[in-house]
Amino acid sequence: MPLTSRQRKNIRTGLFFVSPWLIGFALFLVYPIIASLYYSMTRFVGIGSPKWIGFWNYSFLIKDELFWTSLYNIMYYLVFAVPLGFAVGLGLALIMNFKVKEKSIYRTIIYFPAILPMFASAFIWLWMFNPQLGIINALLGYVGIDGPGWIGSPTWSKPSFILLVQWGAGGPAIILLAALQDVPRELYEAAELDGAGQWYKFRRITLPSISPVILFHVIMAVSGAFQFFDLPYIMTEGGPANSTLFYSLYLYRNAFQYSKMGYASAMAWILFMLNLGIAIIIFKTSLRWIYYRAG
Amino acid sequence: MKILLNRKTAKFLKGQVVTRAILVAVCIPFLLPFFWMLSTALKNLPQTVTFPPVWIPDPIVWDNFREAIQTIPFFTYFKNTAFYVVFSIVGTLISCPFVAYGLSMVRWPARDSLLLLILATMMIPFPVTMVPLFIIFGKLGWINTYAPLIVPTFFGTPFFIFLLRQFFMTIPPALPDAARIDGASELTIFARVILPLCKPALGVVALFQFLASWNNFMGPLIYLMEESKYPLSLGLQDYRSTYFVEWNLFMAASTIVVVPTVIIFFIFQRRLIEGIHLTGVKE
Repeated sequence: MPLTSRQRKNIRTGLFFVSPWLIGFALFLVYPIIASLYYSMTRFVGIGSPKWIGFWNYSFLIKDELFWTSLYNIMYYLVFAVPLGFAVGLGLALIMNFKVKEKSIYRTIIYFPAILPMFASAFIWLWMFNPQLGIINALLGYVGIDGPGWIGSPTWSKPSFILLVQWGAGGPAIILLAALQDVPRELYEAAELDGAGQWYKFRRITLPSISPVILFHVIMAVSGAFQFFDLPYIMTEGGPANSTLFYSLYLYRNAFQYSKMGYASAMAWILFMLNLGIAIIIFKTSLRWIYYRAG
Repeated sequence: MKILLNRKTAKFLKGQVVTRAILVAVCIPFLLPFFWMLSTALKNLPQTVTFPPVWIPDPIVWDNFREAIQTIPFFTYFKNTAFYVVFSIVGTLISCPFVAYGLSMVRWPARDSLLLLILATMMIPFPVTMVPLFIIFGKLGWINTYAPLIVPTFFGTPFFIFLLRQFFMTIPPALPDAARIDGASELTIFARVILPLCKPALGVVALFQFLASWNNFMGPLIYLMEESKYPLSLGLQDYRSTYFVEWNLFMAASTIVVVPTVIIFFIFQRRLIEGIHLTGVKE
């Protein structure tokens, strides 16, 4: 069907307005992703011209113990931090939804750490986690627990970070809270008439109604986890014993400290595929639990 | 009847008390780090190492703040950060509403698929594109400048485009249509009709961009080489290497880092919450 002149004009107008993003998309996203695939097949120190070496970087990566360590570390972080982050975020959202007069005070307190820069949180928590002088071990000492070495201990360093990032759980919580408040009241009222209990209402009304927001949160949390960098860079520098050498940190080191741009690009592509793969799996399984309200 | 009423009141009161107890208990771990930071920042050195810990410093040492600021070129870092923040907000406020207009006010076939694409790009981690971007900006001679951090904001940021698009969708289409009948060009409608209507949404986006730039650590770390160019996020790392044992000075420095965010938060708190609700607007 040929387009009318009006339709053609609309397409031109639409493209005109979105053109800044399209140009940025091509320059800052599509080109770099393709270029990094090319660089991953080269030996490249960042200046001069890249030297083609085929799949050598990838075969070297497979034999690189630190690569596997960094991959293990980030998967460990991901597997615990993402579900815990969601559970804490949802729990906080439900609590923030309590109807009391001074609710905005509690919301402010819970939300504020979420907008704090990571580099500021890093400073504060270095001191909180201090094994001898920090307040956490002092409080544990009061109840007779001999606190661990936290970020200074290879066993506790990853759990420490997973706990620490929950300080920012007010961020997802406030988004989930907005979603909770959008759930139509009539649904609850109808369920109450049928004699439904709290748990039933939560399970059958609340969760399905906010499921699109949950999906968005989980996808973004996974990609955020893969970028986990600031805290380990500032607080532990990957230590002790490489226990906090997370994927992005090792990628950064290869690229900008060891000038192994080709090698880092191979890591970047693996990260891209990994993140894409996990996102697709989440999308596919979400078809079973997601619910889009009609209209 | 009277007894029944009392019982009801009692139940209500009990509910309120229990609810508040839960809320307060949950808030404590969120507040404790701030309290501990501030308390340490005002202590003298011996009091930071005593056990059991001292909660309220005695004497209160305000001088720690002066010393923390003088240890590093604080004002240079602050000036650099301000430069970066202001220009990235300018870039965002120019590009994002422009793109959002094309995604909401003009009816064209690929519009909604494009929106999905824009949203999908949000999940690509920065480390994926980091190396080629560094090479491109290197070829342009932009390394050790703020250009790699500012210029991309002039091409739009997915999340902000989405946010504004959601806001634009709440504007009745009759408005731009009426202007079109009067013969106004799309650019005029965008600048004269739509932009003035979306000032609150623009405020929200500016605020989010402020936070994004202020909090950015990895970008400056990669692109900036000289200390005189550093923003606060990088410059403050000096403290980390300077104060090994002086935790009181280190926490005074941390307090200084936190204060600007506190100020911004309390001035714009309502805007921030509104902005978050905007993302939840259903189609």
